[in-house]
Amino acid sequence: MRTRISFSAVTWLLIGGVYFLVPLVATMLFSLQSGSNSSYSLSAYGTVIHDRTFWKTLQLSVELALETIAISLVLLVPTAYWVHLKLPRVRPYIEFMTILPFVVPPIILVVGLLKFYNGTIHAPLWFLEKPHYFLTSAYVILAFPYVYRSLDAGFRAIDIHTLTEASQSLGASWRTTMGRVILPNIRTAALGGAFLTLAIVMGEFTIASLSAFFTFPTYIQQVNAEKVYEAAALSLVSFGITWAAMLGLLFVGRGSGRNRTQPAGGR
Amino acid sequence: MPFFAYATAFLLLPSGVVLVGAFKSDKGKFTFDNLSTVVHTPEYVRAFKTSIEISLVTAIIGGTLGLLLAYAAVRNGTPRWIRPLLTTFSGVAANFAGIPLAFAFIATLGFTGIVTKLLNDHLGVNLYRHGFTLFSFWGVALVYLYFQIPLMILVIAPAIDGLRTEWREASSNLGASSFQYWRHIGFPVLLPSVLGATILLFGNSFAAYATASQLGGVSLVPIIIGQNIGGDVLSNPHLSQALAFGMIIVIATSMVLYTLVQRRASKWMK
Repeated sequence: MRTRISFSAVTWLLIGGVYFLVPLVATMLFSLQSGSNSSYSLSAYGTVIHDRTFWKTLQLSVELALETIAISLVLLVPTAYWVHLKLPRVRPYIEFMTILPFVVPPIILVVGLLKFYNGTIHAPLWFLEKPHYFLTSAYVILAFPYVYRSLDAGFRAIDIHTLTEASQSLGASWRTTMGRVILPNIRTAALGGAFLTLAIVMGEFTIASLSAFFTFPTYIQQVNAEKVYEAAALSLVSFGITWAAMLGLLFVGRGSGRNRTQPAGGR
Repeated sequence: MPFFAYATAFLLLPSGVVLVGAFKSDKGKFTFDNLSTVVHTPEYVRAFKTSIEISLVTAIIGGTLGLLLAYAAVRNGTPRWIRPLLTTFSGVAANFAGIPLAFAFIATLGFTGIVTKLLNDHLGVNLYRHGFTLFSFWGVALVYLYFQIPLMILVIAPAIDGLRTEWREASSNLGASSFQYWRHIGFPVLLPSVLGATILLFGNSFAAYATASQLGGVSLVPIIIGQNIGGDVLSNPHLSQALAFGMIIVIATSMVLYTLVQRRASKWMK
């Protein structure tokens, strides 16, 4: 039976559409105002592209995202595999760990990290001063819940007991089993977690700004202090990056059952 | 396992330091003074009140609108392409927060925002002369809804899918009206999921820092903690740990509630 779209559904979808689209369109128009005397121009984007700090901070944030993804996967793939294969009783502890980052949000985590590594114990300067060490350590924690859940769902979907036994009875070593049997089977889950992590790290401001690191989001904030049109342009660029990450997530999720878009947190 | 070592080093120990620090004096002795200072300083009490209020308001409004939108998208008669569009966009918007979100709204509804100017130049309505400002409780709430509504849509969509068409058909075969269906079947089945999702939204807003830090105008607990780290306002590091401890209590309580409600909600989910 085909029914016509109901009046109230149209109304709500329209209201939602307006609320969500107006700020984006307005930001775009705002960013085009940078030209002299009320003509529209792309000069804000030109300024941004020719700003070396833009590229430098963007590169730093991308690097941090890739490092976070790499460390998360190296830590969590074997853990999730082992939990599913041998140690199901450890599962509650790991699940507790994946909930904890919500109870200890970034604003509190940064208080704790600064206090612990720069007070309780005196961590070496290279750890405190390099974003690649300090920030990545924190970002891996933020990424835990998303990467773990993605991997957990991936491992649930395949029969790892049979796969592992089959591989080993054919004489494969642990490394071969992991690299050539398990990893290819959870590639989609790992990629899904990776795209979410990318979105989180590219937008993370709280920890970066409070521990005084100059990443892409803190750069946007700094630009806003003197050049509002450029800041609007950068906000749209940031929106585009989030879109790209989510489309990536949608794309890898295709064909592996439901895509599970999860909310992350750059707020 | 390396996982637990990592989590201990960068999550458990730092969180532990905050919890313990909340009960320590400058000399390292155990004390309730920090918590007592928080409870007896009107500024901090007000910050907690405002934080809880803004989280409640955006959770309830965001939850309601998210539910209505999610339902509108899956209803019989709504074109099929609406739903994937809505969930994908929600995935983006729920993640699009913090600095760029704040600037997008400033470009829209700030003093010189596009919409502010449009209303002023063409309709003669000056928002800011009528008492509206983006840099206020309701302004921040309006911005928060931009990530709260999408989060609701993402969380509640599976529960709406759980409403089986058979139930609706059975009830209308038995002569029930649409209102009766919702009153006796639809609403009671959805209620635990809706409550759970709303609690999640509450925590989401309560922990938010970046967006509000750029808008200003409201003194929320995370903002005060942020200023304290920056070092300009307070000098006592234990005070920010006491504030953080207070935040953890609020969030942990809401997480416990969430778990309890979630247990009820899973009853109807396949």
